Amino acid sequence: MDVVVMARALFGSSLGFHIIYATIGVGLPVMIIIAEVLYLIKKDSDYALMARRWTKGFAIILAVSIASGTIVGVMISLLFPNFMEIVGQVIALPFQMEIFAFLIEAVFMSIYLYAADRLPPKLRIVSIVAVALGAIASAVLITDVHAWMNTPAGFRVTPDGGITDVDTWAAFFNPSFVTSAFHVVFSAFMTVAFIIASIAALRLMRKNISEKERNYHKKALTIALYFGFITSMATAINGHETAQKLHEYNPRKLAAAEGLFETTRYAPLSIGGYASIEDQRVKYAIEIPYALSFLAADRFDTEVKGLNEWPEELWPPLYVHILFNIMVGIGSVLIVVAMFALFWKLVLKKEYPQWLLSLLVVGGPLAMIGIEAGWCFSCIGRQPWTITDVLRTGEAATRSNSVGILFILFITLYVTLIFATAFILKYYFKRNPVSNDLAKGES
Amino acid sequence: MEASSLAITILWSLLFVYAMLGSLDFGAGFWGMVYGKNNQTNASIIANRFLSPAWEITNVFMVILVVSVITFFPFATTLLASILLVPVALGIFLLTVRTTFMVFEHHANRFRNVLLVTSGITGLLLPALLVSILPITLGGFVNFENEYPRLEYQELLTHPTLYMHVAFGLSTELFISAVFLMDYAKEAENWKAYHTFRKHATWLGPVSILIAVLTIGTFPEEAQWIVENIEANWLWFGLSVVFFLIGYGALFIKRSNGQRGFARLAVVAIIIQYGLAIYAYGSAHLPYLVYPDLTVEEGFTNANFYMMLIVYAVGFGILIPGFILFWKLFLKDRRYLKQE
Repeated sequence: MDVVVMARALFGSSLGFHIIYATIGVGLPVMIIIAEVLYLIKKDSDYALMARRWTKGFAIILAVSIASGTIVGVMISLLFPNFMEIVGQVIALPFQMEIFAFLIEAVFMSIYLYAADRLPPKLRIVSIVAVALGAIASAVLITDVHAWMNTPAGFRVTPDGGITDVDTWAAFFNPSFVTSAFHVVFSAFMTVAFIIASIAALRLMRKNISEKERNYHKKALTIALYFGFITSMATAINGHETAQKLHEYNPRKLAAAEGLFETTRYAPLSIGGYASIEDQRVKYAIEIPYALSFLAADRFDTEVKGLNEWPEELWPPLYVHILFNIMVGIGSVLIVVAMFALFWKLVLKKEYPQWLLSLLVVGGPLAMIGIEAGWCFSCIGRQPWTITDVLRTGEAATRSNSVGILFILFITLYVTLIFATAFILKYYFKRNPVSNDLAKGES
Repeated sequence: MEASSLAITILWSLLFVYAMLGSLDFGAGFWGMVYGKNNQTNASIIANRFLSPAWEITNVFMVILVVSVITFFPFATTLLASILLVPVALGIFLLTVRTTFMVFEHHANRFRNVLLVTSGITGLLLPALLVSILPITLGGFVNFENEYPRLEYQELLTHPTLYMHVAFGLSTELFISAVFLMDYAKEAENWKAYHTFRKHATWLGPVSILIAVLTIGTFPEEAQWIVENIEANWLWFGLSVVFFLIGYGALFIKRSNGQRGFARLAVVAIIIQYGLAIYAYGSAHLPYLVYPDLTVEEGFTNANFYMMLIVYAVGFGILIPGFILFWKLFLKDRRYLKQE
C-alpha cells in the first residue's frame, strides 16, 4: 500500500485508540469530584466509596491514556514531519502548554492515588481538582491544534513554501478553537456520564443484590443521569454552533457532512442515507425542508454552498455524511434517553423497569461510538488537507518505507490493550465487589 | 547568549533530567525483576515502592523532550523523524507495554511475576534503544536518496560503536539507580536492601567509567570532529571524573552507626558527575544536531522563542508546589517508605 495511506492508517488508529481512554480521562475525574463533594455535603459514605472505586478504575484507564497519548504525540511527529515543521513555527504554544497540563495531571494523580489516605480531606479534593483541570486543559489545548488545522490562522505562506508573518495569538485563538474545545470537553463529560450509567444500570438489572447495594447503584445512576442530561444538552447546543462555524469557515466540510452537491437557498436537511455522486443527492434519506439553511445561519433563505463549488479532487470522501449522522444521531438519542429516565424517576417516581435499564446499558457504548464517529468525521472531513487549504496530507507525510511493519506492530498492541484493560478492570472489580466494601463500611 | 544556544542548552538540560529520571525508573524496574522472584527480598519492594508513583512523571518528561525538539527546532523535524522513525517508534511501543503492564500488575497481584519480568526486561531494552540515537547523530549512518534521508541500518547494526553505546547506557542506568535506591532504602531504614544496592553500586561504578572511555574509542571514522571537541573539553570531563571519585568514595565511608556509605552524598556527587559529563558532551556536539547534515542554527525556530521560554518558566513555576508535595509524600514520608 501507499506510504501516505499507511501513515494515515497508523496515526488514525493510534488516535482512535487513544481517544477512548482520553475521553474517559477527561470526564471521570469530574464525576469523582461530584462524588467527593456530595460526600462532604450529605455525609453519606456511599459517595466516598463511589469516589474511591471510580478512582481505581480511573487509575487503570489513565495509565493507558498516558501511554497512548505519548504514542500519539510522538507518532504525529514521526509520521507527518512536514506538518510538524509548520506546527513548530506557528502553533507551538498550545503543545508546550499542554505538556505542563499533562504534568500537573500526572503529579497530582500519583498523589491522589498513592497518598489519598495520608492527605487531609481538603488537600485530597485539591489533588483531584488539579487532576481534572490538568486533564481538561490538556484536551482543550490539543483541540486547539486540531481546530487550527481545520481553520488555520496566524501566518502566511511565501511563494517558495516558507512560513512568514507568524502571529502566535491569532493562531492560538483561531476561529474554531473555542467552539471545538467546548465540543470536545462537553462530549467527553457526557460520554463518561453515560458509561457510568451503563455500569450502574447493568448492576441494577441483577435480581439478587442486597438493598444496600441497590441503593448504592441507584445513587450512582442518578448522578450519571443528571450529569449526562446536562452535558448532552450542552453538547447539542454547542454542536449547533460548531456546525455554524463550519458554514462560515469550512463550507466544503459542511457540504460533505450534509451531502449537499449544489449550492442552495432554502436547503433541506438530509438525515440518514448516503451521498451519491451519480444522483447528486443523498439517497434514502429523510429530508426536512429548509432545515439545513436554518441550521447554518438561523435563516431559511441562507445560501449553503454545495460540493460542486470545488473541483472534485478537493472533496473529502463522501461517506463523512454517514459519520456525521452517526455522531448527531447518537447525541440526540442519548438526550432523549436521559430525559426519559429522569422523567421516570422524578415525575412517575417508579422503579426503573428492565427495558429502561437495558436501554441505559447500551447508552455508554453508544456514546463512545459517537465520539469515535465525531473524530473520524472531523479528520476525514478535512481531507485531502492536513492543514486546510495550506498543506496536503500527501505532502505532510513521511516517505519512510518502514511504516507498514510499524502499523502491524501497533495494531496488535492496541487490540491487546483493549482486551487487557477490559480484563484487568473486570478482574479487579470482581475481586473487590461493591458488596464487600459496603459490608466493610458497616463493621 | 544567542537564542539558539539557549534553546539547545535547555534541550540538553531536559535530556539530562530525563536521563536521570529514566535511569531511576528503568533501573528500578530491572532491580525489581532481579529481586522480585523471591517475595521476601526487600530490595524489590523498595524498587517498586519508588516506581509506582514516579513512572508517570518520568513519562511526561519524555513528552516534554519531544515537544521541545519540535517547537524549538521545527526545521529539524523532517530529518530527525525520517531517520529516527523505527528506533523511536519501537521505544514508545515498549514504553506503552511497560507502563500499562506495571499499572495492571498493581491491580491484579495474581500476574505479578509475568509483569515483573516485563517491567524488568523493558527496563533494559528501552534505555538501550534510546541511547542508540546518540551514535546516529555522530555521522556516517545517514544517507540521502532522492534528497530523502535514510538511516543505514546495516551499517549501524554492524558497527561496534552501537553496542558500546548500549553498554554505556545500561551500565550508567544501573549504576545511577543502584546508588539512588541505596539512598531510598536508607530513608526507609531498610538496611538489607541498602546493602544489596550498595554492593551493586561498588562494582557498577568503575565498570560504567571504563565503558564510557572505551566507547569514545569506538566512534566511527566520520565522528573524528566530536572526538577532537571532546579532547578540547578535557577539563569538564576531568571535573566529572572528580565528582565520580567523590561519589564513589562516599560509598566506602564508615558512618557512626557502623553502616558503610554516605548514600546522600554519593547520589548528589554522581548526579553532578553526569550533569557535567552531559553538558561537556553536549557542547562537544556543537554546532551539529546531526553531523554533517543539520546544525543547531539551521534547525532553530523563527517563531517567538522568548514567549516559549515564558511558557516553560510559568509551567514549571506552577508545578513547584506539586513537586514539593510529591517529594514529601513519596520520598520523605516514613509512613509511605516503611509500610509493610
